[in-house]
Amino acid sequence: MLTNPQLNQHGELQHLLTIEGLSARIIRHILDTADSFVPVAERDIKKVPILRGKAIFNLFFEPSTRTRTTFEIAAKRLSADVINLSIGASSQSKGETVLDTVNNLAAMQADMFIVRHSQSGAAHLIARHVAPHIHVVNAGDGRHAHPTQGLLDMYTIRHYKKDFHELRVAIVGDVMHSRVARSQIHALTTLGVPEVRVVGPKTLLPTGVEKMGVHVYHDMARGLKDVDVVIMLRLQNERMKGALLPSAQEYFKYYGLTPDKLAYAKPDAIVMHPGPMNRGVEIDSSVADGGQSVILPQVTFGIAVRMAVMSILAGK
Amino acid sequence: MTNSIHIPDAEKLLQQLADQLRPHINANSALVGIHSGGAWIAQRLRDALGAQISLGTLDISFYRDDFSKIGLHPEVKPSDIPFDVEGREIILVDDVLYTGRTIRAAMNELFDYGRPASIRLAVLVDRGGRELPIGADFVGAHLALAADQNLQLNQGQDGRLSLSLRPTEK
Repeated sequence: MLTNPQLNQHGELQHLLTIEGLSARIIRHILDTADSFVPVAERDIKKVPILRGKAIFNLFFEPSTRTRTTFEIAAKRLSADVINLSIGASSQSKGETVLDTVNNLAAMQADMFIVRHSQSGAAHLIARHVAPHIHVVNAGDGRHAHPTQGLLDMYTIRHYKKDFHELRVAIVGDVMHSRVARSQIHALTTLGVPEVRVVGPKTLLPTGVEKMGVHVYHDMARGLKDVDVVIMLRLQNERMKGALLPSAQEYFKYYGLTPDKLAYAKPDAIVMHPGPMNRGVEIDSSVADGGQSVILPQVTFGIAVRMAVMSILAGK
Repeated sequence: MTNSIHIPDAEKLLQQLADQLRPHINANSALVGIHSGGAWIAQRLRDALGAQISLGTLDISFYRDDFSKIGLHPEVKPSDIPFDVEGREIILVDDVLYTGRTIRAAMNELFDYGRPASIRLAVLVDRGGRELPIGADFVGAHLALAADQNLQLNQGQDGRLSLSLRPTEK
């Protein structure tokens, strides 16, 4: 593709579809704006009027609790009107196409669509189709991208580690099937992290992943050695049923984050996880609930980051 | 650019503003400066009036009435109100009072932190040109400026404040 479909002719964000191709300036602008939304949550009235009168549709073709809820809270804190649609249960079962659904909602004066879909490229398809005053945010499409998760992870890392330029970051687990990992790798390299590692069994790392600028490890002791940030990925249960992995116990033994394995990282390393966690599969409870875990702050920061994305888009 | 307008010394105006405010300060007073010029002035006023006065800053970007026209301001800073607004006597501080729209937005934002006992407005310069029924209680100087002139407050490396005239950005 010649042009970046998420930027307008002035190079400003029109949709947020993927972190790939976004400049460090745009990413930093989103993170800086999120900084200003964090204290809103601590006030008497946890709301600003900036998107008053805007209609934001949460279009979830695939179930999600946390992402949908944090988008809903973020939109409400911006004073927008939020309409939640779980599409799998209604129109799709009656044979309506995705674009028919979108057309109908646009006719109801939608200003923004937050889209989650099991197929890669769904948000792009909608973004190409809608009128110029409508904005689209990808809330996860297939294995492709989950940009607001990637951005909230960058916000979390910046909050605890301040400077990206001296960090070692390890992403551990099922990189192959993870849209989150892809978004994280693009964001980390764009922001100037000098060493991004992916750690996991060969069967769960995509071939050619090193072309994304990451170092590949199959062993936790070496992969976590002296890292500043450990990002654990969710191991999806359906992977167990295939030929990719022998068993959850076996996986936990080699790649589950236990206090022993975390000890290879720097003593002040932070542990992140996009949720939902499989305790005892990819992460041990004592680590998930331990002093180095920033998994719950990630959720809180996610609201401010989504407020930043929506307010930047809606003002264009 | 040629003009005959005398631009006053910001440091002198600051002194005058502090003298005006002094009799009105009590234990319940709080200074709130509007980003960025008003925040500099509020900080300096507190230095002059006593460190016991509560101090906060507001960035009114999320409360502007022109968001749908011009979008989000590119450099938003977090608002920081580290005291309970409820029942306080707030002195809102800004550098230049012009249309009054910034002040309206700032008052709306303050009320989202609580219900103050009162809000009064202190500005370094009132340049006229109001578009809303808003007036300042404490004014360093009145200046009559044309619509295409933009009066700007600057802060030097040493923290000293100065005013300058610029043509309005298109």
